[in-house]
Amino acid sequence: MKNFDLTKSTLTRRKVLKTLGAGVAAASILPRLGGIAHAATSEPIRIGFQAHRTGIGAAYGRWYSRATSAAVTRINDMGGINGREVEIITEDDGTDPKRGAEVIEKFAKQHEVDVAFGTLYSHVVYGSAPRAGELKLPYFVVSEGHHVASGKLNRYTLQPGITDVKSQVQAMAPFVADNLGKKVTMIFPDFAFGHDHRDFFTAAIEAQGGEVVESIAIPPTETSFTKYFPRIPRETEVIYHVMVGPAVLTFVKELGEFFGPNRPELFGFIDSLEAVDFASPGLEFLEGSYFWEGMARYAQADQTDIDKTYRAAVGVDNNGASISDSRDVATFSHMFGCWETLNIIKRGMETCGYQGPADRQSLIEAVEAMSDMPYSLDHPQGAKRFNGKTHQTFGHQYISQVIDGKLVVKHKTSIEDGLYEDEVDYTKQSF
Amino acid sequence: MDFGPHLLLASLEGAVAAAILALTAIGLSIVFGVMRVVNVAHGEFYMIGAVIAWWVASIVGTHPALGFVAALVVAPLIVGMLAATADKFILQKIDYDPDRTIVATIGLLYIIQQITLMTFGPEARPVQPPFNTRLALPWFEFGENGFEMYWPWGLSITSYKLFVIFAAIAIMLALWMLMTRTKIGLIMRATQQDSDMAKAFGIPVNRVYSWVFGLGAGLAAAGAVLVVPMQQAHYLMGHDPLLLSFIVVIIGGLGSLPGTVIAAILIGMSDGIISVFFSPTLAKIIATLVVAMVLVFRPNGLMGRSN
Repeated sequence: MKNFDLTKSTLTRRKVLKTLGAGVAAASILPRLGGIAHAATSEPIRIGFQAHRTGIGAAYGRWYSRATSAAVTRINDMGGINGREVEIITEDDGTDPKRGAEVIEKFAKQHEVDVAFGTLYSHVVYGSAPRAGELKLPYFVVSEGHHVASGKLNRYTLQPGITDVKSQVQAMAPFVADNLGKKVTMIFPDFAFGHDHRDFFTAAIEAQGGEVVESIAIPPTETSFTKYFPRIPRETEVIYHVMVGPAVLTFVKELGEFFGPNRPELFGFIDSLEAVDFASPGLEFLEGSYFWEGMARYAQADQTDIDKTYRAAVGVDNNGASISDSRDVATFSHMFGCWETLNIIKRGMETCGYQGPADRQSLIEAVEAMSDMPYSLDHPQGAKRFNGKTHQTFGHQYISQVIDGKLVVKHKTSIEDGLYEDEVDYTKQSF
Repeated sequence: MDFGPHLLLASLEGAVAAAILALTAIGLSIVFGVMRVVNVAHGEFYMIGAVIAWWVASIVGTHPALGFVAALVVAPLIVGMLAATADKFILQKIDYDPDRTIVATIGLLYIIQQITLMTFGPEARPVQPPFNTRLALPWFEFGENGFEMYWPWGLSITSYKLFVIFAAIAIMLALWMLMTRTKIGLIMRATQQDSDMAKAFGIPVNRVYSWVFGLGAGLAAAGAVLVVPMQQAHYLMGHDPLLLSFIVVIIGGLGSLPGTVIAAILIGMSDGIISVFFSPTLAKIIATLVVAMVLVFRPNGLMGRSN
């Protein structure tokens, strides 16, 4: 009785399998099942996500997490990587360099991840990258800092998903000099990221025949700013501001209160107002001023289908805020970097037939071999050109003007505008 | 900017900082004076005050002034009750043992901070000021044409910042009246001087402690409500006020209210002026140095009495 039943059920199963295997249609209807069934191992690919869950970068961390999980959902829906599911393991780095290095160690030794990824603040990258190099763990950062391309890090650290500050600033300087003014006062946070801005913009504006008349460095934990503004010289034509951290809104408001009705031109990096609503009280004076954007926060008149699909996937509405809470404003100019980096990791792993940690070196070589990346849903911010030698990507930048309280894109730089000479060749370093 | 207007601007900024600092530090000082408790979670009560102010203002939300006034009443009350509850269920249970209260309030600090992060979130959120007119200020100089008045670039203050200074003075006067002119104040002072004797005279010392702990936290919250239209509510904002309050209280003398006010003005003003003319880092260095000097030469603070 029992035997008979078993035979019967085996037969049925075989039949079903036959039908499934015969039809190509079945594989396309169930891509994930088909893909994962063909993989040599069904273990998921584990990506360690170093996130600013707490500390001064927490607003960025929250949106980096959302973009990351949206990207992973999409990758898994398309069949995962090499037929294996992708799993994200998140660890909080507290926006702290020391903790960042510990998180890398935890990823490598405790979670045994395939690669590490994430993090924005440059001091955390500086703190973590050496440990990643020692542990031979590929470390994909989404940080904007020039640290990767400067040659100060190592072969295991790459930044393929977001343009660095040096390139952004160089692409932007001609617009500032031609349209706003040539005498610039810079206000920036007093750590590596701010110093990148100071050094590269000073050089870039001088190349355009302009000059920086004053550089004002502000400690990253400062909460009130009026006391710094008297240092702005009267001859200033343009104020170039880039602030980060929780006090950015205070900074911009006090800048407005300091100048009153007759302010110089303002050119800001959107970092000064990432995760901040433009409709916040006290920001009216920004009307007419200019901002750099990594990616247009407000859906533009010529919005593409790619932009629409990307916004829906990461849960951002046409004003750059969360679909579920219009006051929860995204870090839209940076978070695309997580989405794009994960797609690049996927492509790299597929190219080298990544199986496990033994293939980490071939993964890095596969990414180093990449170059042009066309505008697509894999790269919703725009086309990119990756430089395998410097481990840095180059993309388009946007300059937007505040019109009726919304950012309207006025100028899009070309990739060539942001290219500069290589400062390092990581491919010559041994693994 | 010329030296004169620059100094005036620095002093005005310093006065606003001093006003907020005085409120926050007095809260810390009262709690120590009456209860002998070093409240490390004081900065978090400040932070919660700001967060509740944002919450109340966004619920009321008709006219900014209405939301602000509601917040000014509601936030210190809620924070005060929260602190009184914490006193009843935590500090009383450990019998106000000095070591354990420090550890307990450190624990409270992290609990409050993380709960705020989990619910309110990591963003900095603004509250609209009830009024905020920019007041340009004139400056005088003796030029070729004799005494002249002119309007230097950037020399200004907002009406709200002036209001903060006066509001802080008003709250402190009310507190002084409470402490010296009412029965509540008498009970508090009696408890401060000798809690055993006060108990013997029928004063419910435990209840007084809860009230005082609530009052101290409420003062911090009031300072935060005043600050939140200028800076934003953020879950990490309690750190700096805590540090500065400790500096002020140590310089002024633990438990001495006049000393605390004097020290708050000293630290607030010098921080404003030094950071304008030199650097904010130097201002912090000098403040810390002053603390060290006070501890060496006047261990009980400027106005503190030795036991």
